[in-house]
Amino acid sequence: MRRSREPFLWALFSSGGMLAAMVLPVAIFMLWVAAPLGWIPLPSYAGLRAALAHPVVRLGLFGVVSLSLFHWAHRFRYTLYDGLQLYHLNKLIAVLTYGTAAALTLVAAYVFGSAG
Amino acid sequence: MADAVTLEIQRYRPEQDDAPTWQRYRVPRREDWMVLDALNFIKDELDGTLSYRWACRMGVCGSCGMLVNGEPVLTCATYLARLGPGPIRVEPLHGFPVIRDLVGDLTDFLDKLQRVRPWIIRDEEPPLAQGECRQTPEELGEYKPYSMCINCMLCYSACPIYELEPHFLGPAAIALSQRYNLDSRDHGNEERMDILSQADGIWACTFIGECSAVCPKEVDPAGAIQRYKVAATASWFRSVLTPWRRT
Amino acid sequence: MKSGYTPYHPKWYRSRIPIFWWLRKPAYARFIVRELTSVPVAYAALLVLVEAGVVTRGPAAYAAFVTWLQQPMVVGLHVAVLVGAALHTITWLNLAPKALVVRAAGHRLPSAIVLAAHWAGWVAVTGLVGWLISRLP
Repeated sequence: MRRSREPFLWALFSSGGMLAAMVLPVAIFMLWVAAPLGWIPLPSYAGLRAALAHPVVRLGLFGVVSLSLFHWAHRFRYTLYDGLQLYHLNKLIAVLTYGTAAALTLVAAYVFGSAG
Repeated sequence: MADAVTLEIQRYRPEQDDAPTWQRYRVPRREDWMVLDALNFIKDELDGTLSYRWACRMGVCGSCGMLVNGEPVLTCATYLARLGPGPIRVEPLHGFPVIRDLVGDLTDFLDKLQRVRPWIIRDEEPPLAQGECRQTPEELGEYKPYSMCINCMLCYSACPIYELEPHFLGPAAIALSQRYNLDSRDHGNEERMDILSQADGIWACTFIGECSAVCPKEVDPAGAIQRYKVAATASWFRSVLTPWRRT
Repeated sequence: MKSGYTPYHPKWYRSRIPIFWWLRKPAYARFIVRELTSVPVAYAALLVLVEAGVVTRGPAAYAAFVTWLQQPMVVGLHVAVLVGAALHTITWLNLAPKALVVRAAGHRLPSAIVLAAHWAGWVAVTGLVGWLISRLP
């Protein structure tokens, strides 16, 4: 019996989940709550542009973005499948979730690839 | 009866009913009674037609699993007087077809249990002269929690995935499979992984965790499944990146 | 209706699981809430991508983006996203010891230590990322 390919998808889900758990809360708080409210200084255009030029930053951000999206795709697929019992739409849901994550990964590759 | 409580029990008699109905019984509310004692009282004194399973009455046989006030419990381990003033609802476990009253059909579980090869698999047997297979307490501890399963099916009743997806192997079958995978005397890991690492095996599980919450023997099937997901994923990557090696 | 391995019998009663099975028990509802934290995670990832794209477009685009960020409704939305991401973090890290059984020198590491290590890691990463963001001119 051939083993399922699920392990690969689960690997994306779990690495995305771990990265998101570690990195996102502080980023959301600082960039999109504290800074707009004036609690901390807003990063300047120049500062962000310079940071984005750094290859390590671009690679890291690309990893966070792509893996977080695949984390969502896998989890949301199961939530729809089990939560709303949409079994007959299984293939469609898989295409919409993983497809969106894959498409946005390509967009991210372009954005971060050309930001140098 | 001075101190009494009402039990509201699901009845289903296939020879006369098309769907389950509820029937109420008034039983003594004794401090030392379990729900099972109340059911036995009903059968002995009030209504001999009530059908249900029980055997050891001490929480080791796994026969008396039922839903009491919506929670899957062993009726021999649930105090009647601690369930409030009543009426107390008693139903058969979720996820299994009801044969009669509180009795469900467990064939599905038994088939799945057999599928996961819950026995020691050896590559080859050493000669008898070599002596017994020795195991340290540490090695025993690795699989001991999973060996405590009494097949009571409370975990299957608590697991929505089992009800939603009829082919899901289920918590107990996977935990019992792990009991052997983690046994130092066993060599059947690869064989079992082919069965477990499927869409209707461990991958259907979304770690709701209710199986472990209701288990009367603290087997922690949810933990067994999550650990196995990590192991199966590592094995999959090894088989892809180094296919010449035995995973 | 369940099918599969259960032998067919015309008079065995098979109940259907309701669509809103997750409202049946508080534990199930909490599970669905936990799973839905993947949505704020996706939103945050998307916004990172958008902000990066905006920055590469130039200072005018970034200024417009900042103006949008500062609107009260948007700040409110992002507070909700923060709550969702925090819930994801808390539930994820607290469940990690269930999946990660670590053996060292023949002994199994207690799950409390695995848990503490995860949270220590979170503090370290949060500190690092926070420091890096604060260092942006």
